[in-house]
Amino acid sequence: MSLNYAELFRALRPEASLVLGALVALGLDLAVFRRHTLAERLRLALWIGALAVGVAIVHVAYGARGTVFGGVLVFDNLAVLTRLGVLGLALLTLGVTSGARVLRHPAEYVAILLFATTGFTLMAAANQLLLAFLAIELASLSLYILAGYDKSSPASAEAALKYFLFGGMSAAFLLFGFSLIYGLTGSIELPEIAKQLGVAGLNPLVIVALVMILVAFGFKAAAAPFHLWAPDAYQGAPVPSAALIASASKLAGFALFARLLWHGLGPVSGSVATFQGAPGWLPVAAVVALASMLLGNLGALAQSNLRRLLAYSAIAHAGVLLLGVIVAGPRGLGSGVGPLFYYAATYGIATVGAFGVIAVLERADPSGCQNITDLAGLYRRSPLLAGCLAVFILSLAGIPPLAGFFGKFLVFAAALKIGGVAGVAGWLAFIAIGLSGVALYYYLIVLKQALVAKGDASAPPIATPLLPALVLLVCAALLVALGLAPSVVIRLL
Amino acid sequence: MNALPCTIYISFAGALLALVAGARSAATARVVALIAALTAVAVTVPAAMGFVPGPGLQTLVNHPWIPQLGIRYHLAADGISLTLVVLTGLAAVAGILFSWNIEERAGEFFAYYLALIGGVYGVFLSADAFTLFVFYEIAIVPKYFLIANWGSTRREYGAMKLALYSFVGSAVMLAGLLWAFAAGGGKSFGLAELAQAATHFSRFEQIGMFALVFTGFAVLAGMFPFHTWAPTGHVAAPTAASMLLAGVVMKLGAYGCLRVAMPLFPVGLAYWQPYIAGLAIIGIIYAGLVALVQQDFKFVIGYSSVSHMGFVILGLAAANPPAVAGAVLQMFSHGVIAGLLFAVVGRMVYERTHTRQLADLRAMPLHRLMPFAALTFVLAGMASMGMPGFSGFPAELTILIGAWKTQPGWAALGGVGVLVAAAFTLRVIQVSFFGATDKVERVDPNALEPVEVNRLHHDHFDPITWPERVGAMLLIGTSVYIGLKPDALLDWITPALQSPLMQAALRGGTP
Repeated sequence: MSLNYAELFRALRPEASLVLGALVALGLDLAVFRRHTLAERLRLALWIGALAVGVAIVHVAYGARGTVFGGVLVFDNLAVLTRLGVLGLALLTLGVTSGARVLRHPAEYVAILLFATTGFTLMAAANQLLLAFLAIELASLSLYILAGYDKSSPASAEAALKYFLFGGMSAAFLLFGFSLIYGLTGSIELPEIAKQLGVAGLNPLVIVALVMILVAFGFKAAAAPFHLWAPDAYQGAPVPSAALIASASKLAGFALFARLLWHGLGPVSGSVATFQGAPGWLPVAAVVALASMLLGNLGALAQSNLRRLLAYSAIAHAGVLLLGVIVAGPRGLGSGVGPLFYYAATYGIATVGAFGVIAVLERADPSGCQNITDLAGLYRRSPLLAGCLAVFILSLAGIPPLAGFFGKFLVFAAALKIGGVAGVAGWLAFIAIGLSGVALYYYLIVLKQALVAKGDASAPPIATPLLPALVLLVCAALLVALGLAPSVVIRLL
Repeated sequence: MNALPCTIYISFAGALLALVAGARSAATARVVALIAALTAVAVTVPAAMGFVPGPGLQTLVNHPWIPQLGIRYHLAADGISLTLVVLTGLAAVAGILFSWNIEERAGEFFAYYLALIGGVYGVFLSADAFTLFVFYEIAIVPKYFLIANWGSTRREYGAMKLALYSFVGSAVMLAGLLWAFAAGGGKSFGLAELAQAATHFSRFEQIGMFALVFTGFAVLAGMFPFHTWAPTGHVAAPTAASMLLAGVVMKLGAYGCLRVAMPLFPVGLAYWQPYIAGLAIIGIIYAGLVALVQQDFKFVIGYSSVSHMGFVILGLAAANPPAVAGAVLQMFSHGVIAGLLFAVVGRMVYERTHTRQLADLRAMPLHRLMPFAALTFVLAGMASMGMPGFSGFPAELTILIGAWKTQPGWAALGGVGVLVAAAFTLRVIQVSFFGATDKVERVDPNALEPVEVNRLHHDHFDPITWPERVGAMLLIGTSVYIGLKPDALLDWITPALQSPLMQAALRGGTP
């Protein structure tokens, strides 16, 4: 195994440019712009951040392929696409930040956002337990800070604390699981682990390790029954932070999850092709997926707070994403990662968009946009916001021709291919299809307020600044375009 | 012929243009909408003129869409699709004429309206189950907003109920289609390919898949006991939306049953046939009886729609050439007649008298105050009853003849339904338009939504406008034309039943 540091640096140019961008944003803010207004400092930091992300995107697109640095990092199609995806979502989140309420220390905010993105891009390419853990922790610690960034708001502090406590606990679980795997197989490289597990098979210690890892990922993904932090974090965190937690973090997490489980722990996957399948992590993941779909969709029905509703809908989507992980096995066992990636990416776009609308509303209205009824009369106050929100929500609801529908469809079709109606996966797909009717109800409740309810006739129109308006339109256009031509994405995987 | 897919694109483009035009003024929006609908009709006319009836779908567009799953954007037409495309065009134009008085948020209204129309055109032209499903779903969401925004009685409830029923129905249908897709090896969603794969399915699979797909579509066709969305939805909807709902949207469901469920799963059809026919007959008679006792004018029409759609389902269940041809003819006929009935009730009467309570209407000498409305309604009512000379007659007659061939009892019970239809139609004509007497009495003191009406002193109402007259004459003329010359459509429909796909369905269905 040769360790070529020049090769490693070339492969990590995107990460380098992100970190460099963060440092430049911090340094310039400290050295030159201390006396400017917060809004100006934010704008400068955002442009630097956007530039850094843009450079990173170019580096990823024309960067390394294959395994790098002795197999620590792998740049296959999934890794490259996920890196592009999280960078794109981070760019959109920066745009959302430009339309949100300005917080104190804007340059630090952008810098931490870039650090989180660095974590995401590393998660996408990690092919080794240690690097995977470090990447997850880099991303998570940044996200805890982002969640608690609004120091004047007790809700933000609560969000950060809950997120941190749950996340810290899950990190401990994850590390414990990883160390067991290392102890059992003597390796932290995913291919080597797979080889060893293929020989050793399932034994009690492996089961303990699998449980630990699944619990940890359940926490990270906000899958039931490990979802309790999500509603509070979504509700209390500053809007752009919530957008990042809900979008790029999900995409990177599920990509890593699929890689780790299939490439590393594939030999002990078990089976969901029938109801008497072999034991392994697949049946457990199926149970968690089912619990998430049920709890998320039913919980969302009871919400009157828009952000909590989005959080419960995120829990429900996490269930379908887990189904996407279940079907992401290699040919023969599943349909590959195409459906999972497409679903996670388009879900991320729709969520960033929805939070973008909330951000603009919150800035326009000092009391904030919390309840669903705060949307009343939006069609009159801002047709742009109402129209974009309709696209995002309908995409989340899975209405064609928007991308959300095709994501669901791809996952369900793949699930039914595994064992037809005789299999657990097929029934999960049926249940998810049934629950989409429940989901449509609460999504329509949101749209009813935005597009039907008259609201306060004296409420003034809402002006959307140019940049966030552009970001929202880009999100909406992406959802339509990816929906009309889904094969553009899936044929790459 | 190859221009037919343009109807879809014109409608969607028209929706966007109407939205933009609505920002200027309501008048611009409705002119844009009318132009869009007329352009779509103008595209249809040469296609219909040059149409050579024949078995099988004539492909219009066939592009790979999601090649990984063998999904193609495949549009095709045969006599059945063409019949319904013509109906859609008619209903679209008439609906716009009858919503000429929409002033509030007119741009959005016509945008939703045309988006719905575009989805409907798409469904009728799809030859790929996935493409069909996508258009079917596109048609659901606009309905919700049309009703919730511009509707009347309990509009938010009616809109949500309708949206959820349609969506859950489509979800059930999607489950069935995905099951068939996976069982067939996951190669294609094309109707022909799926039908080919389905010949290898086990009896259990055929029965299960048929149940899911047929039920999913039948919800939208208003089959008993999944019909309850229809009366509430129709009543809550604004006039143009009721016209579309009854006129074309319910046909989407029946069309799906005919185009997807029956040819794909003939074994399933043979198994479920008697149950479907039973539910259809219950629907015909039950909805007719319910219509007989309604106090709200629009509810009468809403339930009558369910009753008439029962004939369509009965025709499909009978599954022989005359019955199915009759069912398609009935889809067309009911689309025209129901549109007309809702136009009279919702636009001509309700928007002038501001009441739909039969008790209140009875007190007004409407036949004197709005002779045109009265005449239209009498003609529409006669057509609805199945009087010879109107399109309802050949349609229902053909269905009953076909049903007789399969099971004489079905035809007899269906005949009872015709009598019930005559009863509730005559009652409502009498009470609403010719009910004025010297004595004023309220039939039902607890009627829904008591409305303040200054009774007896209605010397005049706003005159019936030109758009209304043109729309009404268009629909009456169509009904009479088809009533006198049903072959104009049957010559399209009957050859289409000779295609291998349809033959499989009809063979499987004949006991």
